[in-house]
Amino acid sequence: MIEVSHLTKSFDSHVVLEDISTVFRPGQVNLVIGQSGSGKTVLLKSLVGLLPIEQGDIIYSDQSLKGMTPVHRKDLRRRIGMLFQGSALFDSMTVLENVMFPLDMFTSWNRTEKAERAQACLERVELPSAAALFPSELSGGMKKRVAIARAIAPNPDYLFCDEPNSGLDPLTSIVIDDLIREITHEYGITTVVNTHDMNSVMGIGEHITFLYRGHVEWTGTNRDIFHSGNEALDQFIFAAPWTRQMKK
Amino acid sequence: MKSLLRHLGRYTMLMGQVFRKPDKWAVFGNTLVRELQNLGTNSIGIVIIISFFIGAVLAMQTSYNLINPLIPRYLIGLLTRETMLLEFSSTIVSLILAGKIGSSIASEIGTMRITEQIDALDIMGVNAPNYLILPKIVAVLCFFPLLCMLSMTVGIFGGWVASVTQHLLTSSEYVYGIRYAFNSYYIVYSIIKIEVFAFIIATVASYHGFFVAGGSLEVGRSSTRAVVHSSIIILMFNLLLTKLLL
Ligand SMILES: Nc1ncnc2c1ncn2[C@@H]1O[C@H](COP(=O)(O)OP(=O)(O)OP(=O)(O)O)[C@@H](O)[C@H]1O
Ligand SMILES: [Mg+2]
Repeated sequence: MIEVSHLTKSFDSHVVLEDISTVFRPGQVNLVIGQSGSGKTVLLKSLVGLLPIEQGDIIYSDQSLKGMTPVHRKDLRRRIGMLFQGSALFDSMTVLENVMFPLDMFTSWNRTEKAERAQACLERVELPSAAALFPSELSGGMKKRVAIARAIAPNPDYLFCDEPNSGLDPLTSIVIDDLIREITHEYGITTVVNTHDMNSVMGIGEHITFLYRGHVEWTGTNRDIFHSGNEALDQFIFAAPWTRQMKK
Repeated sequence: MKSLLRHLGRYTMLMGQVFRKPDKWAVFGNTLVRELQNLGTNSIGIVIIISFFIGAVLAMQTSYNLINPLIPRYLIGLLTRETMLLEFSSTIVSLILAGKIGSSIASEIGTMRITEQIDALDIMGVNAPNYLILPKIVAVLCFFPLLCMLSMTVGIFGGWVASVTQHLLTSSEYVYGIRYAFNSYYIVYSIIKIEVFAFIIATVASYHGFFVAGGSLEVGRSSTRAVVHSSIIILMFNLLLTKLLL
C-alpha cells in the first residue's frame, strides 16, 4: 500500500502539485488521470523518489519515503518496477539482456536461471521470439511490452506505469491494459498507472484519482465516473462532442 | 566564474558517485570488455593513420630545413623521435581522441539521459554513474598508454619510410638518429601525460552527457561542449605536467 499525504511540489514558483492526498492499494490497478500538464508524471516521479519531496510525505507500507536512509531507499527501489512514458529500454542490449538486467544486478542466480526467468517474462507479455532482437528493431507496442517484462522480472511489489498506451492503437492499448491488470491481480502488486486514455479508464479503472489543476479533484471507480456530478471531471471525460451527445 | 565553480562542484559530486564499489563485479567486467572495444580497439586505426603520416611529414620538413651541410643528416631521425615521444603521441593523440571518444561518450550518456534510461537505472536502485562511467574510465586508462606507444612506434616508422623513399637520408643514418642520445624517461613522461588526459576525456565527456536536459539538440550541444572543454583542459594540464615532470 502506498499512502500519499499532503504532497506539494513546485518548480521555482510554478506550483505543479498542491496538497495531494490519496491511497494506492495492492492487488488493484490505481489510475491517475488528468489533462496533459496536470502533473501526473511529476506525481509518479515523486512517488518513486526520482523527484525530491518538498512538503508532505509518501508512505510505503508504514515506511516514510522522506525519512528513509539511502540504504532503505535502495532496498525499496529493488521492489519497484517502472514503465516509462518512452519505454526507456537500454538500446545497447538485446531484449533478453534488457529483461535480465535487473536480475544481473540484484540476484545471485546463474546465467541459465536468469535467462529462464527472463524468457518466462517475455512469454508472459507474448513476445517469446523477440529475445535476440535489439530495441531499435521493435515497434512501439512491442517496446512497451518488453518494458513491462523488464519491470516484472524481479517480482516487484510495486509497479508504476507512465502512460503505458500513449501512441498505440486502441487494440494494442487494450492488450497492454489487460496485461497490466492481469499481472497486478496475479501477483498482488500495488500498481499505479498514469493515463488520459478513456478506454483504459473504463477498462481497468478499479481506483481512479483525477488530478485537476494540481489537486485531487475526484476519486472513485470506473463505475462511478459517469454520474460523479463533478463538472471538471465531466468536462475531461466527455471532452469530445459526440460523447456529450451520447451522455444526453 | 560562478558557473565554473558550479561545474566543478557538480563534477566532484558525480565523481564521488562514480568511484564506488560496483554493485556486481561480473556486470562490471562485461561492460568493461565492451568499453575496451568501443573506446579502445576502435581507435587503433585512426591512431595508426595519423601517427604514420605525421611521422613522415616531420621527417620531410626537418630535411627541407636542414640545408646546412655541416649539420649531420641523422638529426632528421632524432628530431622525428623527439617530437613523437614528447608531444605528438601523448598530447596531439589525446586531442584527436577527445574529438572521437569524448563526443561518443557524451552523446551516448546524453541520449540515455533524455530517453529516461538513466532514470530507469535509478529506479532499479542501480548506481547509474558508477555503472555507466566507471567502466569507461577504466577502459581508457588501460588502453590509452597502448595507443600512445603504438603512435610512437608508427610515427617513427612513418619517418623512416619517408626518409628512405624520398632519399632524405639512408636507413642506417635514420636508425642511428633515432637511437642517438635516447632518453627513456621521455616515454614515461608521455605515458603519465596520456593517462591524465585519458582521465580528463572520459570524465569530462561523461559529465557533460550525464547532465543533459532537454532533447536531441542538447545532446548534440553537450557532445560539442565535451570536446571543447576536454581539449582546453588537456592543453592546460599539458603545460602544468611539462613544468612538473621535465
Ligand atoms: N523538471 C521540470 N522542471 C520544471 N517544470 C516541470 C518539470 N517537470 C514538469 N514540469 C511542469 O510540471 C507540469 C506537469 O508536468 P507533467 O509532466 O507532470 O504533466 P503530465 O500530466 O504528465 O502531462 P502528459 O500527460 O502530457 O504527460 C507542467 O506544467 C510542466 O511544465
Ligand atoms: Mg506525463
